[in-house]
Amino acid sequence: MPHKIERMKKLAAFLLLATFGCANPVFAQLKLTITQGVTDPIPIAVVPFARAVPADGGVDVAAIVQRDLESSGRFKGMARTDMLTTPTTSAEVDIAGWKQQRNDYVVVGRLTALANGDVAIDAELVNVLTGQRLLGQKWTVQPRNLRNGAHRVADAIYEKILGVRGAFATRIAYVSVDGKPPAQRYQLIVADADGENPRIILNSQQPLMSPAWSADGDWLAYVSFERRVSAVYVQQVRTGQRRMVSARAGINGAPAWSPDGKKLALTLSGSNGNLDVYLLDLTTQQLTRLTDDAGIDTEAVFTADGSAIYFTSDRSGNPQVYRLGLGANERPRRVTFTGSYNARPRISPDGKQLAVLTLDEGAYRIGVQDIATGTMQILSKGRQDESPSFAPNGAMVILAGRERGQGVLQTISIDGQTSFRLNADAGEVREPVWGPFLP
Amino acid sequence: MKHLATTAALFASLLLIASCSSKPETLPEQAPQQQSTADTAPADDANATTDAAGPSGELLSKRIVYFDFDRADIRADSQTVVAAHARYLAANPTQKVRLEGHADERGSREYNIGLGERRGQAVRRALLLQGVAEVQLSTVSYGEERPAAAGSDEQTYALNRRVEIIYIR
Repeated sequence: MPHKIERMKKLAAFLLLATFGCANPVFAQLKLTITQGVTDPIPIAVVPFARAVPADGGVDVAAIVQRDLESSGRFKGMARTDMLTTPTTSAEVDIAGWKQQRNDYVVVGRLTALANGDVAIDAELVNVLTGQRLLGQKWTVQPRNLRNGAHRVADAIYEKILGVRGAFATRIAYVSVDGKPPAQRYQLIVADADGENPRIILNSQQPLMSPAWSADGDWLAYVSFERRVSAVYVQQVRTGQRRMVSARAGINGAPAWSPDGKKLALTLSGSNGNLDVYLLDLTTQQLTRLTDDAGIDTEAVFTADGSAIYFTSDRSGNPQVYRLGLGANERPRRVTFTGSYNARPRISPDGKQLAVLTLDEGAYRIGVQDIATGTMQILSKGRQDESPSFAPNGAMVILAGRERGQGVLQTISIDGQTSFRLNADAGEVREPVWGPFLP
Repeated sequence: MKHLATTAALFASLLLIASCSSKPETLPEQAPQQQSTADTAPADDANATTDAAGPSGELLSKRIVYFDFDRADIRADSQTVVAAHARYLAANPTQKVRLEGHADERGSREYNIGLGERRGQAVRRALLLQGVAEVQLSTVSYGEERPAAAGSDEQTYALNRRVEIIYIR
């Protein structure tokens, strides 16, 4: 017997060892494709950064920066094969030469291995039309965080040139589904905003839906059917620690965090099947009813200051979006009037626009309504688009669409001019939610 | 022993899958210390409510009630099926059923949870009115999350807008 146990141990040890060698995750990896950019993108040359071998682990920081900038649709990066020189400091940049090759901007930089094991990224931005050095900044990261460091470089360049904070160093959460119905597997995944660096937050053989980020980006709330009925959970992304916060009779759905992270708005039906929106205090467990109507009231979302919610209700006969101030004696007020179907509201970070799922000429599309004027602009072009979510800088909306029967993710700039797609290499992806800026 | 070795191998492969799930360049402050799985929850047993159980017969073997688009009223062609289940359940007061409401894939997911619930409640009310006791019935809505058929055409949608009557052993 002992020798057999020994053999078992060896087998287990071998398999354990094998785990360290694996490079690819076993779930859907997203691939970013730029589908539409502005007609006159800003020409920019992102010169390969001086490397820190071997500390940088081969991460091509300049390539990530260029890809980020191009994914915004606002920039066109110069091909490396066209670069005549490869300066790594602004002093070495031959202004006239880069200008002659029709660049507006040049980015140069270098990586340095530090004594404590960290890597310093120095990046500079030069306007070749004026000769002015616009940016010179240093980021210090652990080698494993180099991708994130590169996204932060792209954020700084984007902001310096366009005057809007970049959102490349942010994360998205989404649900990935594998297998044919009814035998499907569900995963809740958190990835970088470019789809890279995916991490499984939760695995289930029962549906997972409605992920929602806390305002600090530390927690996700979501709905899981793992008990074969719906329940709302909150889970800390970093530790994986999770807690069931609502498993009442009937539906437990559509969680949304209050801006201070202390409360959740959610949808409950009770055993009589009437869906209404409630407010759950996560500390005291106290439950407050916010809506009371015989129709379906669901999909609440807080305004940035927490003083009101927007939600979907079919009290008028079909789904429309309503606003409810959370002060005393306030009543829900209808805010969407374009078309017969407006649902799943999301508010832009500046509070001025409302993204909704709207029925447009027989197709389900994402519309953006100006809250002050009530004017709706149709943003997406699919037939079954859903789940809009604003980037924290308000410049883009991420949404789910269908392509050849499969769910794919897509981002579209708020002016409708630029878009990119995130395709999964396997299965389908849905319900993207864009996380907040990270500190 | 062979079984044990297989179990160990299986366990190790599970570890393999779990550890492969995060790439080496994962940020330490973002990497989950542990991967959560919902699959080990005790109530998550796919066989817990199999519909292989329950009565047979021409009407009683029909366990699915279909609905029109955006509607939750039981169509005339389903009334006899619902009535047959009501008679059976009223005559067998210890038998419990679970009513699973579903929607087609169009529109908003959480709103569709509401539509599925409305359909489940419609069947529940019909059964209650025909003498079934409340304690025999439970409802759950899966919205569009558990389609019966895959596809984006009217035929598929019609198959997915349904309430499944599931007899619990």
